[in-house]
Amino acid sequence: MTTHDSSAAPPVEGGAAPGRPGRATESPEERRQRRRSWRFRMDTKASPYAFIAPFFLFFGAFGLFPLLFTGWASLHRVRLAAPNDMEWAGLDNFARLMSDEYFWNALTNTFTIGVLATVPQLAIALGLAHLLNYKMRGSNFFRVAMLTPYATSVAAATLVFAMLYGRDYGMINWALDLVGIDAVDWKSGSLTTQFAISTIVIWRWTGYNTLIYLAAMQAVPKDLYESAALDGASPWKQFLHVTLPSLRPTILFTVVVSTIGATQLFGEPLLFGGSPSGGAQNEYQTLGLYMYEMGWTNFNLGRASAIAWAMFLLLIIIGLVYWAVTKVASRSTAGKGA
Amino acid sequence: MTLSAPVTPETTTPVLPPGDGGSPPRAGKRGGKAGKQLRAGWLTYTILAIFTFGSLFPLVWTAIAASHSNARLAQSPPPFSFGDRLWHNLDQAWNTANMGKALFNTVFVAGAITVSTVLFATLAGFAFAKLRFRAKNLLLLLVIGTMMVPPQLSVVPLFMAIAELGWTNHLQAVILPMMVSAFGVFFMRQYLVQALPTELIEAARMDGANSLRVVWHVVFPVARPAMAVLAMLTFVMAWNEFFWPIIALTQQNPTVQVALTGLGRGYVPDQGVIMAGALLGTLPLLIAFAIFGKQIVGGIMQGALKG
Repeated sequence: MTTHDSSAAPPVEGGAAPGRPGRATESPEERRQRRRSWRFRMDTKASPYAFIAPFFLFFGAFGLFPLLFTGWASLHRVRLAAPNDMEWAGLDNFARLMSDEYFWNALTNTFTIGVLATVPQLAIALGLAHLLNYKMRGSNFFRVAMLTPYATSVAAATLVFAMLYGRDYGMINWALDLVGIDAVDWKSGSLTTQFAISTIVIWRWTGYNTLIYLAAMQAVPKDLYESAALDGASPWKQFLHVTLPSLRPTILFTVVVSTIGATQLFGEPLLFGGSPSGGAQNEYQTLGLYMYEMGWTNFNLGRASAIAWAMFLLLIIIGLVYWAVTKVASRSTAGKGA
Repeated sequence: MTLSAPVTPETTTPVLPPGDGGSPPRAGKRGGKAGKQLRAGWLTYTILAIFTFGSLFPLVWTAIAASHSNARLAQSPPPFSFGDRLWHNLDQAWNTANMGKALFNTVFVAGAITVSTVLFATLAGFAFAKLRFRAKNLLLLLVIGTMMVPPQLSVVPLFMAIAELGWTNHLQAVILPMMVSAFGVFFMRQYLVQALPTELIEAARMDGANSLRVVWHVVFPVARPAMAVLAMLTFVMAWNEFFWPIIALTQQNPTVQVALTGLGRGYVPDQGVIMAGALLGTLPLLIAFAIFGKQIVGGIMQGALKG
């Protein structure tokens, strides 16, 4: 650090050496120092903005502006063939959405697939994290192995699962047959298709959430367990009364992140059947998929924008619920503490 | 393993629940010192092994299916061992499904996104962690808020923009919108808040270092471990980026995910070739996981604690 210029910069007092002639004329040395300190002040003031500028420039151009413009486009008739030819439509796109049975179908599907995918995923992750928190051999192997599906892309995972779920030659029906269960047509019918798609999501994300829970479990103070054990609490009781309450913020956090992920489900339903309609009867068409179909199959960018904004409103509602729940939760803990 | 729990003097603490009286194999798991980390028993290992199998099996089976012909895959029972068509199918996927070009494109795209994300996230994260400026908290809140905005909200305007600029099918169309990440800024900030001593910055300042020198000689060396983790997480994310690339690119100039989507939507009807494509598109990340898995696991757990 202390390179060539170290002699010039240090404390101002040091610079006014006793041997210097009178102050009437500023020596070049002093002038340089004054200018340096001015530059120094400017540097401290401006540099924070320079450091955050790249992020906010890119975010503004590719995040905030498109978000707002999508809202603007949702008030217009815009066709894919001439995307820059917009015609004012007011709230027409939203009005049509309200009476659009496909929109409500997609909303319901998004909700059911979201629940089917999120609830078991987080429950399994919690249990696995508890087990991984034991002292054991090969814990690193288990952690890495369970995270591996996270490295698999939506597209690759869905192509593989679509084969495993094949009606006639798929491995899952073959295994079911072994235990005497008739072949299931996983590619049609709402419950079967939505279950199959949920398992893809569960497969990809359980390991990730397990690690997050494990990290939180390792941060729980050990003496909490000690005193619980002294009170004669069994490991199961300790899990219920020590681990779970300590993990409440983390659980809430993962619920929100998974819910947000679930509202955006797109790749799995697109590639499970290979078409943006999400099944012959739209059994598993999600909001994200419906938006894609509206924009890039039906060439209607205005209505696609309206669907996107509906998704955004949904997320804001989720965010508000999350905020309210944390408020209530923290108040109840504070009350307990007092 | 289960029986090897060291018996400490405190073992006398009555933690064995009633009704679970002295089944020896579980003594190790249940009978540890109060508050000490419990030891895993055979049941724990069994459950973990089952889930590990479940996590890895689809990937192993991808490779198995990729080594068989379409005709073989249309028979029951499905194959459980490797066939002899692996090279043929990989070759087909590489050429007819354009996976070769897709892999090169994806390495380039994900590499560019990773470099810029890590660089800009470290700069902004440092500013948010250690520097004073106006509206800092408000701006940080904005960063956090943007983490939940879905990609669906920006694709229509972005599509209009690249149509206007004639960038459809060009790689910059998928790189530019991904150059920064709110998660990255937040991640680096959380790390630097505690890892970077403020005195270190002040000392460098006293020595006359300007901001750029502080960043280069103080911030980057301290931030390096977190930058490495962020780089790995970003690379995985960029490699698997799906929604925007399938809109912006076509099969003529695809990324891996675009090419796989082409396979999934029936451009090539051979199941063995489809699986070979999935294998090619996943293998690079799996190899990276085999090498850096421990670091990636550590990074996710570290990030989780602060989230």
